[in-house]
Amino acid sequence: MKLRSMLLASAMAASVAGFAASAHAADIKEVQMLHWWTSGGEAAALNVLKQDLAKEGYAWKDVPVAGGGGEGAMTALKAMVAAGNPPTASQILGYFAVDYAEAGKLGDITSLATKEGWDKVVPKALQKFTTTNGKWDAVPVNIHSVNWVWINKAVMDKIGGTEPKTFDDFIALLDKAKAAGVTPLALGGQPWQEATMFDSVVMSTGGPDFYKKAFVDLDESALKSDTMKKAFDNLAKLKAYTDANFAGRDWNLATAMVIKGDALVQVMGDWAKGEFKAANKEAGKDFLCYRFPGTDGSVIYNTDMFAMFNVAADRKAAQLALADATMSISFQSAFNVVKGSVPARMDVPDTDFDMCGKKGIADVKAANDKGTFVGSMAQNYAQPPAIAGAYHDVVTKFFHGEIKTSDAAVAELDKALNAAK
Amino acid sequence: MTTTAAPIAASTRQPRGSLRARLQNILPKLVLAPSFLLVLIFVYGFNLWTFFLSFTNSKAFSSTTLVGLANYQKLWTWTFETDPPSGWYTAIVNMGLFGGLYVIFCLVLGLTLAILLDQKIRGEGILRPIYLYPLALSFIVTGTAWKLFLDPGIGLEKAVHLWGWTSFKFDWVVNPRMMIYCVAIAGIWASSGFVMALFLAGLRGIDGEIIKAAQIDGASGFAMYRRIIIPIMRPVFLSALIILTHLAIKSYDLVLSVTGKNPGGAAELPSTFMYSYTFTRNQMAVGSTSAVIMLMTIAAIMIPYLYSELKEKNR
Repeated sequence: MKLRSMLLASAMAASVAGFAASAHAADIKEVQMLHWWTSGGEAAALNVLKQDLAKEGYAWKDVPVAGGGGEGAMTALKAMVAAGNPPTASQILGYFAVDYAEAGKLGDITSLATKEGWDKVVPKALQKFTTTNGKWDAVPVNIHSVNWVWINKAVMDKIGGTEPKTFDDFIALLDKAKAAGVTPLALGGQPWQEATMFDSVVMSTGGPDFYKKAFVDLDESALKSDTMKKAFDNLAKLKAYTDANFAGRDWNLATAMVIKGDALVQVMGDWAKGEFKAANKEAGKDFLCYRFPGTDGSVIYNTDMFAMFNVAADRKAAQLALADATMSISFQSAFNVVKGSVPARMDVPDTDFDMCGKKGIADVKAANDKGTFVGSMAQNYAQPPAIAGAYHDVVTKFFHGEIKTSDAAVAELDKALNAAK
Repeated sequence: MTTTAAPIAASTRQPRGSLRARLQNILPKLVLAPSFLLVLIFVYGFNLWTFFLSFTNSKAFSSTTLVGLANYQKLWTWTFETDPPSGWYTAIVNMGLFGGLYVIFCLVLGLTLAILLDQKIRGEGILRPIYLYPLALSFIVTGTAWKLFLDPGIGLEKAVHLWGWTSFKFDWVVNPRMMIYCVAIAGIWASSGFVMALFLAGLRGIDGEIIKAAQIDGASGFAMYRRIIIPIMRPVFLSALIILTHLAIKSYDLVLSVTGKNPGGAAELPSTFMYSYTFTRNQMAVGSTSAVIMLMTIAAIMIPYLYSELKEKNR
């Protein structure tokens, strides 16, 4: 008896809810957002976006993700999309956006993109991830680049170093630090960090055309070339400048070594700047940022994007509002000043940025004009995850001596990338 | 045995209202049905689904295009790639090393601790939870703590150096080839107390009469344990072994937290291999294949053992 009345009540509630939904079918004034920017600065930066949307009358609803990390979020997103209940938009990285687009799960915001002229302000190479067959289905929030070195200025002054312009300069600088009894290179010995550093080493050794040929085109002759061999040899040289305990260290602990002056330099993407900022260090005064020696003029990028899912018609307006607010010049500036990256549109004024940010913005423009703006292999922006994973394997095995010579490394790289295709 | 018991039970109950009897018969099944159904779908159903996926070309999302044994072939070739070691080869070798050390040391330490605690010592009530406590920590906490403790720069080695023994060297946790032993140390620390509790319960359950009889027959302490008490505790060994084996094979968070994301590709385990191929490398089919192989391996170890144990009991 009781059960039946409960069933009846719930059926009534459901029909009432259904009625309510159809009554409001015009528009749902709410943005459902899946992201993992939940900590300190990033969360504060995202608040700017929330407020912009609130001004237009859209409520913001976070999609809860257990665990907090990007991997957990990606698994949660997969489940939501598979269940036919995608969020309005989701933070997304590299080829995951392409995967969803190819599976037909993303929406279409081309009308807005054309009106706002995004194709002219977003770097061409980056549009590979935000468009599918000329159709916009994601918006970039920022541009990170991985070919940076971060140097403790006090240590640099103590050893009398100057900005290294070539790879050999870099080795000479590291030697100076070693002679002065400082750990020259702060490195976290995890596959992704080693591979990220190797991106820069390859760019420095072979130049942008070689990098594109090897990693974007996966050209066999480039992968097996002597230049690639030399890149592995250069990587091996860097190992001599790490401390003994680098294996398995997290990247932010390596950054902390530079901040504290225990180490001279870290090779890391510009998210490392966030750590310096959090420790109240100032660019130019406490720390220096240079492009990885021999890569000035090129930008090896990765980017955070918001993928716009194929949502029901009554949620489309909110989605367009979100896309528009994300691409607004004011948000792009405010967010990236905090995040340490540079704006994803090239017409954002650099007034609020520090010297590293200003250089980053100028570099992106120059690299886009010269065609030296290329995706990071290690971060999944040159090749899909399967191939990037195989790349991580080979680089880390070489760096830790499981692959013994650069000859073997080149052969192994070619074999592993082919097997992962 | 059971087939004869059921009709007798039914016939004795017949005289009392048949509806009630039927309800009584059906109620346990009714109560168990939902969980049985859930297990059927979410354990065995998804086992079959994974098995199916291992024959497809699934990448980021599941696909139904069959590719035959291609994925098994891939893993089979990887099994024999030793120079440089493939991820799968490393995973298998590490599983053997970690699993073997973990199970054996947990059993030996657990049994020794249980026997020592069983000597009617004072303060057992305090000692027992102290040994059991590590199990209350999640493996990720255990792993992180051990990583910090064993880190040569800040942990054990540094402390010993500060005490004056400056030639002391213990850098396993930052040496990719030795890392897996550190994972085993952390695992043994976490689980041997639990095994001790199992054995202690077993020891307490032994009939005092048997021990008295043995003492009258002149059995010494050591012989009594070796000949009488340990053989009696065979079922406890079985439970401990099953629990430890599955913990070892499932182990994922421990290896990640101790080794720091697999430097040099040397800290791979089948579980980390499966996760990375399925979820981060978008090669779901290869991940599923490795999962199926893991399941088969567990089955190959467990089924004969369970079979022999149960046969023994029936006799």
